Order: sequence, then structure tokens, then C-alpha cells
Amino acid sequence: MSDNVLPGTTPASSRGVALAARGVTKRFPGVLANADVDFELLQGEVHTLLGENGAGKSTLAAMLCGLYQPDEGQIYRSGKPIRLRSPREGLAHGIGMVHQHFRLIPRFTVAENVILGDPKQSLLMKPGEAERRVGEISERFGLPLDPRAVVSDLTVGQRQRVEIVKVLYRGADVLLLDEPTAVLTPQEAETLFATVRSMTSEGKAVVFISHKLGEVMAVSDRVTVMRAGRVTGEVATKDTSARNLAELMVGRPVEQTVRRGTGQTSATPYLEAHAVRLADAGRNVLDDVTLSVHGGEIVGIAGVAGNGQRELATTLAGITAPTSGSVRVGGVDIGGKGAKAARHAGLTFVPEDRLGTGLVPGLSLTDNMLLTRRRSFFVNRRAARAELAEAIERFEIKAPGTEAEARVLSGGNAQKVLLAREVSDAAKDGDVRALIVSSPTRGLDIGAAEFVRELLHQVRVDGGAVLVISEDLDEVRSLADRIVVLYRGQIVLSGASEELTVEQIGMAMAGVKE
Amino acid sequence: MNNSAFVLMLAASMVAATPIALAALGELLAERSGVLNLGVEGMMLIGAVVAFQTGTKTGNLWVALLVGSLAGAALSAVHAVLTITLRASQIVTGLSLTIFGTGLATFVGKSIEGMPLAVDFRPTPWGPLADLPVIGPVLFKQDPIVYATIVLGFVIAFYLRRTRTGLSLRSVGESPATADSMGIPVALFRYIHVLLGGLLAGAAGAYLVLGQVPSWSQESTTGGLGWIALALVVFASWQPVRLLLGAFLFGFSRQLNFFLQGQGVAVPAELLSMLPYLLTIIVLVVWGSRDLRRRVGAPDALGIAYVRDER
Repeated sequence: MSDNVLPGTTPASSRGVALAARGVTKRFPGVLANADVDFELLQGEVHTLLGENGAGKSTLAAMLCGLYQPDEGQIYRSGKPIRLRSPREGLAHGIGMVHQHFRLIPRFTVAENVILGDPKQSLLMKPGEAERRVGEISERFGLPLDPRAVVSDLTVGQRQRVEIVKVLYRGADVLLLDEPTAVLTPQEAETLFATVRSMTSEGKAVVFISHKLGEVMAVSDRVTVMRAGRVTGEVATKDTSARNLAELMVGRPVEQTVRRGTGQTSATPYLEAHAVRLADAGRNVLDDVTLSVHGGEIVGIAGVAGNGQRELATTLAGITAPTSGSVRVGGVDIGGKGAKAARHAGLTFVPEDRLGTGLVPGLSLTDNMLLTRRRSFFVNRRAARAELAEAIERFEIKAPGTEAEARVLSGGNAQKVLLAREVSDAAKDGDVRALIVSSPTRGLDIGAAEFVRELLHQVRVDGGAVLVISEDLDEVRSLADRIVVLYRGQIVLSGASEELTVEQIGMAMAGVKE
Repeated sequence: MNNSAFVLMLAASMVAATPIALAALGELLAERSGVLNLGVEGMMLIGAVVAFQTGTKTGNLWVALLVGSLAGAALSAVHAVLTITLRASQIVTGLSLTIFGTGLATFVGKSIEGMPLAVDFRPTPWGPLADLPVIGPVLFKQDPIVYATIVLGFVIAFYLRRTRTGLSLRSVGESPATADSMGIPVALFRYIHVLLGGLLAGAAGAYLVLGQVPSWSQESTTGGLGWIALALVVFASWQPVRLLLGAFLFGFSRQLNFFLQGQGVAVPAELLSMLPYLLTIIVLVVWGSRDLRRRVGAPDALGIAYVRDER
């Protein structure tokens, strides 16, 4: 670790400490989520909590806002020790959290959502007054909103604004934003950063939780880096670089490995979708989607969550029947014919929901392996066990044994088992090999994520066709030969990875037409 | 003309609608908090038999009504503890509540089966208003419980729509996680409204013996009214005022049967006794599809236990 990133290099200026945690420890069954964590937030600053998934950022934030109570250690508000037993008490101390998963009620209006649970509201509600106050706040901090709009009609970006208005309405001057940009397009994120700046200029302090280095550098004054539940460094943004932060975050230098195919692709596509449309409740979830994946290439689907990715995955996998259009694997029509037909044609599918859709949590790993090895009436448990044992060794899967229940595996190990099952030769059924993977590395630590990407790359090099559906744009860009952007169920942009800029993709993800 | 069979039938429809409306309003409150209680039938039976016993012993209508209501609430407390605190399946618990309530009521009511009750709620005419054609007997010559029920429907509508507590209640039924994060005590809200639901179901049962037919019979006292009340909540899209209208329609349809018999038109009694169960099937069909549930306006978290500390 280099010398310039020692904790405490930023002198605490004349500004007061708004919120602090000293020696905070939090345990969950089997997990030490936070170990002896120190954290300090100054008035008027943006302080980022940086760390990988599972590093303990959200747990710390949850303790700062009163959602969890620390097992050891103490939280201080403006220098005074406080004990928060609920988010309500946190709000009473002016600390408000904007959750990653919105806590909004779709059927309520913006104003109703904002005043919900406000003890200062009179017993008989005055809707007009609430709407006026919500309008005031949204104007003051650059959060355009119609107080009377029903939340279910709002976009994700607008819903996030409602969340922010909610805590501001309660008079919070410490805001904790938990991965606020995860659901936003790059442009929406810019708007959010502007709001954050207007809040700090009024003296409010913001804790920004993120694992995206670029935006951390752009938006924050100071950064506290966490790894495996511990603080590994606290630095001022101006004294550091994204590279330094990445080192602190993962504990070793990382290279963003770019992997590309050999350029040799099969003559005919292995996986094809032609004019696929999928209607749900009168709305087209997928609209005229045409794409093809040849053997020897990876095609990446980029897009903000909820723009049809999930439906695209299940439709292409033959599970969901398209309303119109066709899906072919190796020339065989599999549209809506079910997973078995798709598998028989040569397609395997690694769903986003690993423990649940991908693996059966209550079955042993061997039995899970057997699920896609059914060519005869009797199961060959011995062969499956041998295959699994080999995979455990080759993929460095941390599992208590071949007969352990799938549910005990961590996300990364579950994903490895799943991939081992789907990419091994034993899984090959048809003449071609096509693989669809949804969110291949979500929730995985960097080591496991790299492993998974390398594995997908190998499938490509071995001549397989791979479709990667991921909300992580960096991942899509580092892995795919071609990128397709999905927006509201339509393909709005597609092209070779090398030829598309981040800006182009970002605009397309936001639905902006050039 | 106020003594014509049709007007009498309309007036009787109001009386027939009252227990359905009372029980359904209670169930509406519980469901708005996110707790489905299929035990309405059981709670009504307990309310009825306890009210009958109390009425016989004390001779006081109001005491009988109160004790009957409390008996319903006591039974719903079992449901509350099991589903809210212990997070048992609401459907299974509710069904067992009905089975338990029916069994207990039959046991307790064995000695009074077929006995008449000396006291009952009597219609109170509103002076000259009661003599108005048609609407006189229908609206101005009813017993106090009929009026109280109508008022209650509007009070609940106002409570849901215009009060801070009502907003909190709706949020608990829609998204308990959101409500919790806004500092609303989810479990407390659910307990209170499940208990209110039981109280009203008990009152509905009590009214059956105190206001409608002053005798106790396990077979016919409720006759599936609890199930109709459950269905009514769904058909009214969880809206109290719509529920009052729906209750009147159900009451009317029950009276229509007697009316038609009087006119010499024979409607098989089996059809009528089938009704609650047919309706229940329709409700369960709606219940089975989340999409359909959402479209008819069911609280989003209805039937789902709330657990806070999910990581």
C-alpha cells in the first residue's frame, strides 16, 4: 500500500463533524459485516463510502441512519453520542437515508409518499399544504417533480427524487445515498450530482455509497474505503486517483482486462431472434427485437434495469413465448417451446437469479448438477458427482462437499457451480453451442467476477455463441465483441464494441435519440 | 302502499345487509393493513352464540352486543398473534379459525339450540318521516344498528382517505417495508386493525341473533354470511362506501328469494345456499393472480407477513 493514502491525511478543517462512527462493529449470523469501523462526516461535504459488494458499506450506512444498531462502538451526532433505535429516531436527529431499493408506495401520490409517517402532520390531513411544501423543496434543490403525480407513473430517476425530497422534507441535513446511480442513466446521474452539490452548498452533508470509481472521483470531497467489513483507508479526493482507490478497494492492483474474440465466427448464427415482440398487459415489453449471435463471438446487451432485459433472456431461452416473431437456435425454432427444447437445440441459460431459478437451494450440489443431465430415465449420480468434484477443483469452488445443499454457497460459488453445469461438455446437447448469461457477475467479488468473465471468454474462443445481458456497462464493454442497447424493449443502438463510445451508449440507454 | 310486499322486502333488505356490511367493514380494515382473515365466518358464529348467551342471562341488548363483539375480537387475536408475530400463513390460519370458531360455537350453543331469545333490536320509527311512501319504511324505520353500520362505513371511508392514521394504515397494507422505514409501527397497526376486524365480525354475528332472527342455530344463523362478507370486500375494491352498496345488493338478493316464493315463484333453496361458496371461489381466483389482485385494487402486501431485518 502506498504512503499517500494513510488514513487521516485530510486535516479536519474548521467545519464541524456532522456525524461520526467510532469503533463500530456489527455481526450477522456467520458474517462480520463491520469490524471496528471509524468514519467521520464533516458538515457540507460529500463523503463517499467506497467498497465492493459485501464490503460493509450498506451495513455501516444502515447503522448511521438507525436501521441497524451496532453491536459495539458508538455513533456521534455533532460530537454528542447518540443511540438510534429506528430510522424514525435517525430522522429526528436529522439523518435520512435514500435506499437503493426505493421505499415508495406506487399507489400513493408524490405528496402522500413524502408526508407518510410525519408526526408533525395534523391528524386530519391537509393535502394542499403538503403539496405546496413538496413543490418548494423540489424547486430549491433542483428536483423537478409534480407533487400530485402518482408514483407508479414516474420514471426511476423521478422516483429517486421523491426519495430525496422525502428525507429533506423531514428536515434531514445528513443524507445517506445508497448506490444512488445504480439505477440511473449517465445523464440522470449528472443531474443527481448537481442536486448533491446544491445540497452541500446549503451546508448539508452527504454520504455517498458507491463502488463506481469514476463517479466517486467526480462527486466526493473525501473517500472512506472499506474492504471485508474494515476501513482500509480515508483519503481526500484531490490527493488520490481512481487507480489508488481501486487498490485500496480490492487490496491488489487491478487491470480492467479487455477480452475480445478471435474474429473468426461461424458462417450461420447460432442464436437468432427475428422481429420478436412480447406484449404484457397491453404494453410491448419487447418490441421488434432482431439480433443474432454467431459462434465465436460474445454479444452484450446493455441497458438500464427494467428495459426488457429479463424478458429478453427468458424469451431467447425458449421459456417465455414471444407474442410474435421467432427465436432460433442453430436454425431450430425454439420460441416458447420450453427450456428442454432449447437445450436440445444447443442452448443453455444461466439466469440472473442463481439460487432459486438457476439452482434449487434445498437440493444437494450433485442433484443440482443432475437437473440438466437427463438423457435417460435413471439418473447417473456417480457421473454427476465426479463431474462436480472436477469442477470444484478446476473452478476453485468453495463448497463443503458434493452433497452440500446449494443454499450454503455464496453468490460467487453458486455462479461457478451454475456455469460449470451449463458450459461443460456434458451439458452440450445440440449441434451448436449457445449460451445466454444474465448478470453474470452481479454480487460477485472481483476475483470471482474475473474468473467468470474468463470462463465466458473461453466458451467464445472454443467456438460457442455467448449472449451476455448485464447492467454493468464496463463489463459489457470489456467482454463483448458487439454491443446492443435495449431501451423500453427496443434495440436503440448496436455496433462493434470498439466503435461505440461510452457517451453514445449512455445516451442510448437513456433513450436519447441523436 | 308501505305495507306492500315489495316495500317490506326493501326494508328487510336493509336489515339483511347490516351483518354482511358490519363483518365486511371489519375485514376491510384488517385487509387494508395487509392481513387477510378467512376466519370471518368463525368469528361471526362465536359472536352470535356468545351474544345469545349473554342476552339470555342479562336481558340487556347492548351488553350482549358488546360481549359478542369482544368474543369475535378475542378470536381474531389468535389470528393476529399467529400471522403477525409468528408469521404463519394467513390463509391456513384464517381457515382454521373458521373451523375452530364453528366447532366452538356449536359446542357452546348446544344447550340453546332452537331456544328463542327474549330481547331483540326493534325498529325505531322517525316520527312522521317513517310514514313517507317507500323510503319511510326503508330508511326511517330501522333499528339503531342499521344506522350505526351506515355511519361506520362513511367514517371508515373518511378515516382511510383523509386522516394521517388512515394514510399510515394504507401504507402498511401496501408496503410494510416502506411504512417501517418511515417510522410507522407496522405490527401495531396490523394488530389493531385485525382486532377491529374481529370486533366487527363479532358484532355482525351478535346482530344476527339480536336483530334478525332471535334464536341460535349453528346451521342457519350465519349460513355462510362470513364468506359473503369476505367476497364483498373484494367486489367493493376495498372501498367502504362501495361496500355498503354491495352489502345492500346482497341483502336484497337474499330477500328477493323470499319475495319470489311469496309470489309463487319457486327458486331452489340450494341455489341460495350455494351463493357464499360460489363467491368464495371467485374471490380465490382473484386472489390467485397477483396481477388481477392489483387490478381490482387489493392492498399490495395483502397476505404477506412482514419481516424487518432482511439483508
